[in-house]
Amino acid sequence: MALEVTLQAAGPIPLDLAFRVEPGQLLALVGHSGAGKTTVLRTVAGLWRPENGRVAVAGSIWLDSASGVNLPPHRRRVGVVFQDFALFPHLTAAQNVASAMLHMPKAERRAEAERMLGLANLHGLADRLPAQLSGGQQQRVALARALARCPDVLLLDEPFSAVDRATRERLHAEIIGLRAHLAMPVILVTHDVNEAQLLADRLVVIEKGRMVAEGVTGRVMSDPVALRALGLREAGATIAARIVAHEADGLTRLETSAGPLLLPRLDGVPGTWVRVRIMAHEVILARQAPQGLSALNILPGTVIEVKPGDGPGAFVQLRLGRDTILARVTRRSAQALGLAPGVDCFAILKSMAVACDQVGAGTDPADPDP
Amino acid sequence: MDWTALGLSLQLAGWTVIALLPVAVFGGRFLAYRSFGAKGLIETLVMLPLVLPPTVLGYYLLVAFGRNSPLGAFWQEMFGQPLAFSFPGLVLASIIFNLPFAIQPAQRGFEAVPIAVREAAQCCGMSPLRSLWQVELPLAWPGLMTAMVLAFAHTLGEFGIVLMVGGSIPGRTRTIAIAIYDRVQAFDNSAAATMSAVLVAISLVTIAATYWLSARVGRRLG
Repeated sequence: MALEVTLQAAGPIPLDLAFRVEPGQLLALVGHSGAGKTTVLRTVAGLWRPENGRVAVAGSIWLDSASGVNLPPHRRRVGVVFQDFALFPHLTAAQNVASAMLHMPKAERRAEAERMLGLANLHGLADRLPAQLSGGQQQRVALARALARCPDVLLLDEPFSAVDRATRERLHAEIIGLRAHLAMPVILVTHDVNEAQLLADRLVVIEKGRMVAEGVTGRVMSDPVALRALGLREAGATIAARIVAHEADGLTRLETSAGPLLLPRLDGVPGTWVRVRIMAHEVILARQAPQGLSALNILPGTVIEVKPGDGPGAFVQLRLGRDTILARVTRRSAQALGLAPGVDCFAILKSMAVACDQVGAGTDPADPDP
Repeated sequence: MDWTALGLSLQLAGWTVIALLPVAVFGGRFLAYRSFGAKGLIETLVMLPLVLPPTVLGYYLLVAFGRNSPLGAFWQEMFGQPLAFSFPGLVLASIIFNLPFAIQPAQRGFEAVPIAVREAAQCCGMSPLRSLWQVELPLAWPGLMTAMVLAFAHTLGEFGIVLMVGGSIPGRTRTIAIAIYDRVQAFDNSAAATMSAVLVAISLVTIAATYWLSARVGRRLG
């Protein structure tokens, strides 16, 4: 049931890429705006036809320019959440969802649409028109409509860009919750690296229509080539952590495989697993455990690799317990500290360096099948 | 008051609207969604009846409907009667001079349907015909409604072309606009005044009804 995509085109944006998404996997296409991400998505949906391309899903071929196959969008089983949702403005929420259920008997559509709206936390809003719903609610209707077709592939085109930050964080958590029930390949197009890193299993980094990196999220996010395309300040890694307690002074105590972590107050009851995105440029390294430092988080680790950059900086990959993080230090410091594979050191992280939108819902890493 | 002329005008306007509706839907949609080389030329041709003097268009139509033209000869052959100075001839002429009134607002109506919404319809599994019926027509409806009302009202009021193509045969081609002219020529001012007032009333009611309906749709879709 995997999705395989290859495409080449000369214009309007020169494109050259190939990737594969397994069922249940979420692949994020990241890159700056104008890099061609949306065009890739439109090719999968059948809304755009590249000069050379092949799109195959679950053994059926949607596009194969070599043999002249090009199914129109309505004959491809895709679910698409558009950037501005593109709900049908004259239809109610339930009618919007039911409009994608053409494969079902007419009599059953209404009940099924209401059930799906219920799953999307939209109880009691079935008869509202899109104009009477908030941005976050419209986004949920759009997602319910995309899933109503029982799609073979789910495509999300910048689905969180049109809602405010608080709503976006809530929707992120919902997507992560929904992931367990999604059996199809999912592609998320986003320019927000934070979002991609918190949500995606795999990343494809696109720069000017070319695929510059592809692979498991953690690996791509420590790949200097990918980071040059995304911007070095986006470099970072996620670690799994579990909320232990909310303390009286406004901090939340978490537990990681390398030790305790104190962050500004997070939502979530003790015991909740989260993913914390640690930005590489916020990490300080020390060979000895420092004393009299304002930073609250000092975690012991071991250097895995040092990757000097073209400029003054270097990326240091560290093992912290079962997690891997990335630190961006100067080459001078790396040399002065004698950082090399196998060297023990401490990673120092200011609590205040982690913003609340850098923490996403997570799962217990010890549980192989959440 | 010439009730026959009024009835004839309403019939002419009715047939024109019925014939123009599919032309407006498919022509307007085509011009709204496609871009091609000759689009500008087609748009210009469609708008031409708006700027031509009615006598000029009427003259050309009269020539085209005449026994010596291929169309006139074909009609004579098929139905055994001339196309010029007949009611079917009037309907055909009316369709042509109403093209700008029907196609332009319909085109604007379809252009107002966001492209993402049309693409969403396709990605929901709707075939082009289903998308037209369930998504595009309900959204382009105000434009289509305007098109039909304008064509209806304009047909009731058209004078020059109707006179050129139809003459003024009572019960066959004498519409209310021509009957009014006819009465004025005969110094029957009271009949002319009554008929004019009736025409004003009908036009007012149709246009007010469209505005009311469009406003209702506008409020609903917010």
